[in-house]
Amino acid sequence: MELYQGPLDAKEIFGRWLDEQSGSNYGAYIPFIGIIREEGSIEALSFDIYEPILQSWFDAWQERAAREGAIVKMAHAMGDVPIHTSSYVSAVFSPRRRVALELIDAFVEDFKANAPIWKYDVINGERIYAADRSTPMDGAGLLA
Amino acid sequence: MIRVEFLGPIGKGPVEVKANTLAELSERLKEDKALADWLPKCAVALNDAMVSDLQTHLKTGDRVTILPPVCGG
Repeated sequence: MELYQGPLDAKEIFGRWLDEQSGSNYGAYIPFIGIIREEGSIEALSFDIYEPILQSWFDAWQERAAREGAIVKMAHAMGDVPIHTSSYVSAVFSPRRRVALELIDAFVEDFKANAPIWKYDVINGERIYAADRSTPMDGAGLLA
Repeated sequence: MIRVEFLGPIGKGPVEVKANTLAELSERLKEDKALADWLPKCAVALNDAMVSDLQTHLKTGDRVTILPPVCGG
């Protein structure tokens, strides 16, 4: 798992991951890239991350992927990420494409639901929490 | 005392609370009106592990983290 301040250099990351696995005999490499869309009057999105729980969430996914002979990779941006640049990339390597296609779908969906990352719109330099696009994590409301 | 940390957009600094279980901690936190809208939407971690049982025991030095709704990517 890789965390960066500001936008990701997706080409460098995907190229490096590909090189790292060049001798691993995986038959499928499925990358996913998330790009900040221009919407409303936002100039950027901004992210807070709680790394200890993100790491344990990611470690659990590594174990799940390993049971299918696959590996998952991810990188995410912290702080401001301007429109048309990348805030999130992930990938699955696996011996066979079907496993990789199913894993990338489940991995990215669970990432959206349970990775401890908070998103803000940046408008006129001000950070505004994206409350309407955010999802309560599994088990939310325990203390209510 | 238990240290309670509020993450992301909650915008509240850490507090020290006396509680023997998460249920007791819930009662303490509900006294804070500023948290009334957040608590129903927030998940909870104890020493960086997610928890789901209100009867979970707490001991001095434990760290409870309050996690509001997320949106990565």
